[in-house]
Amino acid sequence: MDTESTYSGYSYYSGRSRGSHRHGERSRDRDRHKSRNKDSRSEKSVTINTPPAEPLLGDSSVRGEQVQDDNWGETTTAVTGTSEHSLSQEDIVRITKDLEDSVGLDCRRYFTLTLAVILGLLVFLTPLAFLVLPYILWPEKLQTCGTACEGLFISVAFKLLILLLAVWALFFRSPRAGLPRVFVFRALLAVLVLLFVMSYWLFYGVRILDTQDENYQGIVQYAVSLVDALLFIHYLAIVLLELRQLQPCFSVSVMRSTDGEKRHYNLGQLSIQRAALAILEHYYCDFPVHNPALLSASKSRAAKHLAGLKVYNVDGEFPASPADGPGNNAAAGMAHSQSRAMIAAAARRRDTSHNELYYEEAEHERRVRKRKARLVVAVEEAFTHIKRMQEEDQKKTPGDVMDPREAAQAIFPSMARALQKYLRTTKQQHCHSMESIQQHLAFCITNNMTPKAFLESYLSAGPTLQYSRNHWLARQWTLISEASVTSGLSDGSIFQLKCVDFSLVVTTKKIPYIQMSEEYIDPKSHKFVLRLQSETSV
Amino acid sequence: MDLTYLFPVEQQRIEIKKLRQGENLILGFSIGGGIDQDPGQNPFSDDKADKGIYVTRITPGGPADAANLRMGDKIMQVNGYDMTMMTHDQARKRLTQKKEDVVRLLVTRKSLEEAVKTSMGGCYPRQ
Repeated sequence: MDTESTYSGYSYYSGRSRGSHRHGERSRDRDRHKSRNKDSRSEKSVTINTPPAEPLLGDSSVRGEQVQDDNWGETTTAVTGTSEHSLSQEDIVRITKDLEDSVGLDCRRYFTLTLAVILGLLVFLTPLAFLVLPYILWPEKLQTCGTACEGLFISVAFKLLILLLAVWALFFRSPRAGLPRVFVFRALLAVLVLLFVMSYWLFYGVRILDTQDENYQGIVQYAVSLVDALLFIHYLAIVLLELRQLQPCFSVSVMRSTDGEKRHYNLGQLSIQRAALAILEHYYCDFPVHNPALLSASKSRAAKHLAGLKVYNVDGEFPASPADGPGNNAAAGMAHSQSRAMIAAAARRRDTSHNELYYEEAEHERRVRKRKARLVVAVEEAFTHIKRMQEEDQKKTPGDVMDPREAAQAIFPSMARALQKYLRTTKQQHCHSMESIQQHLAFCITNNMTPKAFLESYLSAGPTLQYSRNHWLARQWTLISEASVTSGLSDGSIFQLKCVDFSLVVTTKKIPYIQMSEEYIDPKSHKFVLRLQSETSV
Repeated sequence: MDLTYLFPVEQQRIEIKKLRQGENLILGFSIGGGIDQDPGQNPFSDDKADKGIYVTRITPGGPADAANLRMGDKIMQVNGYDMTMMTHDQARKRLTQKKEDVVRLLVTRKSLEEAVKTSMGGCYPRQ
């Protein structure tokens, strides 16, 4: 059941920011001679699984891929024994797997597309076949088609046209996503249509073709009834696929695992995979972009906590590996007491890291505000240098006229330094390339925006879609769920949407049943008196 | 409704001689309450539905002070007329009749012993 389609996405080859560890990602790092995490090259990720165990904090506190293991000299030749430019056996396996996977994904899409086309053709050609076959097979025996019968031809034609338009509107839309499992309702509907058309053909074959029925009006009415029933099936399709999930039933809360950003959405009765798709579409519009550079501070603090204490075993006993049978209890007990000792020592130690954190944050805040002030002044000054040219000016000074792109390039150098320093301080410099900044500047100039409007997109983090494509990671989502992903949402269901660096944890709550009662107020019943409290001196 | 039977109260008869000030005869205290007033705002009454007339302030050194009228006293009768079912204005008029020099009041106040007992939390020995 869990081997259906488990592919999550293509591996990601370009050099992005590497602030955190990644699971299951294959990266072709040209600087290394040996693979650090061998299991990352093996199987592709599975849809339904428990997340693999976190590596020790010590491993990921430093940038994982740039650390040299002390023993690298001994193991290099044993593992790959190749230089950068030649292919090792593992590379070949990986490349063929990539090919297979990309072909596999396209195969699945084309397979469903061809199935749909075949079914559509069957559905549309069947009524026409019902009408035409008698004329081909036994033309001399057929009764002539009277007025009523010809009227039915018009009815069939128009109903087929309406069915064609309706099917085009509902089903022939470009797919928004590739989901891990088949869409249950669509599959059911396809099976229903197929069974239906097959049963009509069966009846037609036995009762009309075999006996060569002469009553042509009856045959035409039979074809009309088929088209009517197909229209009703289309109505059923609309209700099942579109209308049923419009009414909100569940409130889902989506929380990002790295920085705790949380949003709430209302969803109808959807299967878990469709709910995940809806949530992801909201994620791209609502959540501020994921910035791994902002998390490095807390990781370094955590590393410092652990680095302060080291546990030495002075008794000379070495804890056996957990796989041993009889030695297991002793080893587990020793590890347990070690961790307890560490926790006790850490609690007793007078820790001043909160002090450092407070002053560091205050200092950072001041620095950001200072840089922001310089930036605002620089941008405002830069904007004063250009002015939109009016029509009359064109006759006076024909020279040195610029289009928006050139104008942007002309004023960009005066603000570039301040902007770059600000972006460095707020750790956003990898989100904005110089090209994108100049494009944005040209856009603002064209649309007569003020300097403040230009700066807004750099002062606060916007939603992910506003940034360039390599921040989107739209092909690398994995749905991790304990329940089957085609089962419906229910109260208390929890699932995760895992991307490369972070994951979104989704919890569901059912919207309660609301009981409302009524109270009638007569408009004449609003009456008031004064509250008197006088005090008189006598 | 008068709930004074629930609490031991003292009834006092007080005679006040009016003082002439200019062309007015003053008694030296202020009253509050009345059947047309809001009884919930009376700080001196035990029963917050009591719409009687209460003494709310005594001018120090005035005639009422000299006659031993106390703040918080409820005026039951003035010169024989019943004051428990009077509007505020009627009560004022009854007290400020220009023809009378002396007013004889029947007032009730919570006894001192009772006030001390409740403030000490009930550990005062019974006599």
